[in-house]
Amino acid sequence: MDRPTELPPLPDEGIVLAARARDWREAVETAGRALTASGATDAGYATDMIRMIEAHGPYVVVAPGLALAHARPGPAVRRDGLAIVTLAEPVEFGHPYNDPVRVVLALAGASSARHLQLVAEIANIFNDSDAVERLAEARDAAEVRGILGVPA
Amino acid sequence: MKILTLCGAGIGTSGILKVNAERVLQRLGIDADVVAIDASMLAAQLDDAQVILTGPEFVETIGRTFADVIVVENYFDTAELQRKLEVALG
Repeated sequence: MDRPTELPPLPDEGIVLAARARDWREAVETAGRALTASGATDAGYATDMIRMIEAHGPYVVVAPGLALAHARPGPAVRRDGLAIVTLAEPVEFGHPYNDPVRVVLALAGASSARHLQLVAEIANIFNDSDAVERLAEARDAAEVRGILGVPA
Repeated sequence: MKILTLCGAGIGTSGILKVNAERVLQRLGIDADVVAIDASMLAAQLDDAQVILTGPEFVETIGRTFADVIVVENYFDTAELQRKLEVALG
């Protein structure tokens, strides 16, 4: 059955739990490597995500403890993809309300329309819920997929 | 009525704000066109916009405007969004 608005699969390669990061750049780089390892993007997408934050500030920290790292669709995106990185020690992105970040959700969309659809799906997961807290505490990849409602 | 949601790429965090603003507006019974944009689209979209929803990073970018600028803290908290939209539109 074709259900195009659902989130893409999240294989083990796209999940890094209790990662160590010295700063927000390393956290986003880790998420970028996970996206690449899962086959969704080329390595350059991590650089694109970091440039977005350098250019526009830490606006990607959209809720307490959660950064939604992303860049525009482009040649670095092979297909829609997700990555989840939880941090052993939270890091500061410089956000006035939502620091420190415990969970980085990296998102790649094959097109702008698709990217917006994915974001809408993500909004459904995180609205009025304790999903960030549960992701931050997740012990294994299966638990992460369960919280997001995605297949491997 | 037109409402803008503004972020860096116009497809990520502004998309969250668009989805959640539409949800809240429906709850409030308010009919509005919600458009997700990035800063480069601002000049073309600003004239007839009544409200701009965005994060604290983008307030300076917007500059002078007749629109109500609403700074959102938690993009996933529809209760916060509803409270702030009610104040702006009330």
